[in-house]
Amino acid sequence: MADVRSTGPVLTVRNLNVRFRTGDGILHAVKGIDLDVNAGETVAIVGESGSGKSQTMMSVMGLLASNGWAEGSVKYRGDELVGLSPEKLNRYRGSKLTMIFQEPMTSLDPLYRIGEQLALPLTTHGGMSKAQARQRAIELLELVRIPDPQRRIDSYPHEMSGGQRQRVMIAMALANDPDVLIADEPTTALDVTVQARILELLADLQKRLGMSIVFITHDLGIVRRFADRTYVMKRGEVVESGATAEIFAAPKHPYTRMLIDAEPTGRKEPAPAGAPVVLDARDVRVSFVLKSGLFGKPLHVLNAVDGVSLTVREGETVGVVGESGSGKSTLGRAVLRLQQASGLVRFEDRNLMPLDRAGMRPLRRHLQLVFQDPFGSLSPRMTAGEIVTEGLLVHEPRISRKDRDRRAAQAFEEVRLEPAWRNRFPHEFSGGQRQRIAIARAMILHPKLVVLDEPTSALDRSVQKEIVELLRDLQKAHGLAYVFISHDLAVVRALSDEIMVMKSGKVVERGSADAIFEHPQEDYTRDLIAAAFLKERESAIAAFPA
Amino acid sequence: MAEGAALPIETLADPVTGRSLWVEARGRLLNNKAAVTSIVVLGLIAIACIFGPFFTGHPFDQVYPDYVKVPASLEAYPKADQITPQIERIGARVRGKPEDIQVKGDSVTVTLVGQRPIDERLLAYFDRSDMFGVAKVVDKADEGKRLVVDVPLKKKYFLFGTDTNGRDLLTRTMKAGQISLAIGLLATFVAILIGVVYGATSGYLGGRADLVMMRIVDVIYSLPFIFFVIMLVVFFGRNFILMFIAVGAVEWLDMARIVRGQTLSIKRQEYVQAAEALGVETKGIIRRHVIPNTLGPVVVYMTLLVPKVILLESFLSFLGLGVQEPNTSLGVLISEGAKNIQGATWMLLYPSLTLIAILFCLNFIGDGLRDALDPKDR
Repeated sequence: MADVRSTGPVLTVRNLNVRFRTGDGILHAVKGIDLDVNAGETVAIVGESGSGKSQTMMSVMGLLASNGWAEGSVKYRGDELVGLSPEKLNRYRGSKLTMIFQEPMTSLDPLYRIGEQLALPLTTHGGMSKAQARQRAIELLELVRIPDPQRRIDSYPHEMSGGQRQRVMIAMALANDPDVLIADEPTTALDVTVQARILELLADLQKRLGMSIVFITHDLGIVRRFADRTYVMKRGEVVESGATAEIFAAPKHPYTRMLIDAEPTGRKEPAPAGAPVVLDARDVRVSFVLKSGLFGKPLHVLNAVDGVSLTVREGETVGVVGESGSGKSTLGRAVLRLQQASGLVRFEDRNLMPLDRAGMRPLRRHLQLVFQDPFGSLSPRMTAGEIVTEGLLVHEPRISRKDRDRRAAQAFEEVRLEPAWRNRFPHEFSGGQRQRIAIARAMILHPKLVVLDEPTSALDRSVQKEIVELLRDLQKAHGLAYVFISHDLAVVRALSDEIMVMKSGKVVERGSADAIFEHPQEDYTRDLIAAAFLKERESAIAAFPA
Repeated sequence: MAEGAALPIETLADPVTGRSLWVEARGRLLNNKAAVTSIVVLGLIAIACIFGPFFTGHPFDQVYPDYVKVPASLEAYPKADQITPQIERIGARVRGKPEDIQVKGDSVTVTLVGQRPIDERLLAYFDRSDMFGVAKVVDKADEGKRLVVDVPLKKKYFLFGTDTNGRDLLTRTMKAGQISLAIGLLATFVAILIGVVYGATSGYLGGRADLVMMRIVDVIYSLPFIFFVIMLVVFFGRNFILMFIAVGAVEWLDMARIVRGQTLSIKRQEYVQAAEALGVETKGIIRRHVIPNTLGPVVVYMTLLVPKVILLESFLSFLGLGVQEPNTSLGVLISEGAKNIQGATWMLLYPSLTLIAILFCLNFIGDGLRDALDPKDR
């Protein structure tokens, strides 16, 4: 934690209102909030999606979307920022106030070398020559601990990993010695182990450079560890603020309490011993040819899944854990035969490998899939009811339209959605509701095995908890077998009987959930758990009895 | 944690029916003043083109030999200065010198003086003229050498003037508009039907099928369009339907490429993969998931394709490969107008204005649709 230097406020926000003109009238996104950032301290703004936390800081930076506008007062060391023209605002932003964003993949321009992108703020704000700017850029890359900065400065963004890109973004933000660094969910898109290193870097930089950091996040673990003071936002209002330690020790507002308790808790009841095996996969291999020779001879092959075996019994959940690129999603698709693979996959007593697409079709109703992105997995031009009943068109083509509608209503009830909403379109639902629709689409066919590919990763914590509970209840009611793919160890632990840890297409460790969490054997597993529990709170840990 | 300007709707109040993206897009389109004005204007032009010819009082192929290349006018023809020369011309045929020509309202009184008695049957020449009705003898003198004749005037309006053959340009412009709009809409419809199905299939199947299908498109692309049309004309003779075939056969290529590109990105969407996981057949996926989601760009492209097709047709007709006389299209009229630009500017002006108005409207509607359907607004 950085030392709090009492040199007074750098950034003062008073009665800030942000409104957006939308097709449905005016949306009041930020409702008269007050906020102070003192020199050298870390302030966290916490809230779920739609709470207005990002829009608050976007308006400070003058980066609101064109249909939005801000009213009120934002003062940087006494200078009013609201209502300044972009030219005048540019004297502050990029030099004194800087910002890093959530998505390191799209925040850098893919057409320019990172050196050129780093030099831009130095030449425009710092008035440096090109050679000086390059020298400084190398220093900055060193500062954010990019190995071999002399060489990496001439890389293009696509040549770097997500974590490295986020480091470049941080270097860019630090270029002109800012007073305030605004970090908008800087680690959300990154793997847990990378996340931990980026947070460490930010904390260390703050200590050395003495700037203030405004941390916008939904992740209470990060807040607890890094922030001096915290503002909790809900629907455009600050519902609670104060020293982080106090807020966590004694949350006053029910919303804060709800956020703190929103970690998925509880455990799955173990599956009955001797339950029949639903899915048995042996030595599954998936490889992609990245580069092939003149006559189609593969030159460079990526083994995405490299000899993985997996057995799931009725009522059992196997958790597959790993970072991005570990092959866990590909494995999920391969066992459903949605991805060409070699090896042996048996469903109940049938070998799936020799079946072609048409041969698989009758079995599809037993093997279902739920995706990560509740925004992308529902066709935007179909109503929720049509989406949910599409499987019936394929597998029970005889039933009438009326019956289908009735089944849709039942499925909606089962996933605890208002059945009358089935005539609505996906964009009219929130993220959690959409994920329920996606689950209903899988459940309407009464499947035996469901592959859940990060079903909770795109959701807010409080919604995550509900979805985890829903999945657990559905499993209990129908004796479903789950393959649960996730990078989020807290969720995996709350749902799984068995856990497989994957790295680079191989299983590095497997065992019962308890064994993996309490006695991890491999370094990689230990890293994952350490990185995850860095952001886990004691109450969540306490929920997993030793 | 996708967080944009739009906040998720947490509470959904009335549960009856949802607003589809199409309904929302229509709402946005109706807020666009330029687009709405264009839709209204285009609708009026279309109605005028379809029903107008019944009300102008002139069939589109009626030739008025007495009114060749008369300028556009709000007043009725014949004009006062046209009457005397015309009566003199008729007088010469009737072998009687016209004297004392008096124009009174809707009729003319004229005294014909001949050296021999005038044959009254020859008065039918008045009726044969486009300007006069049946002549009536009011008074006879000098044993029929002197006839006082009362001739009613046939009032005619040529609001856009007449062409080189003396046909009413207003009617012909309306007829031309009919044909141009019909070709524009039908050829576009044909192009889109083929293009969407072909492109979606090619893009969704991918791999070798995609490769072969798109190479076929490339091959057809490489044929010069005019060569293609001339070939069709040589084989099948000049034919109105050839226009649709020729234009449609070329324009679907663009559409197929656009839809294929869209499909390639839609194919990666999770809702398509979800449908695959449900076991939906290829046909069902293309019909229910791929095509509806490509329709946004397709609709926009369609409004831009209609003017393109109209211009193509105009170009072909300009070259003499298109619509044949007495039928006409805006391209034919403009081509004729261009030949007569000296002395008969109205022949170029009015068809051009009509074409410009149609193209403007379609472009504004296209722009409006693009804004309304922009997925970024969602």
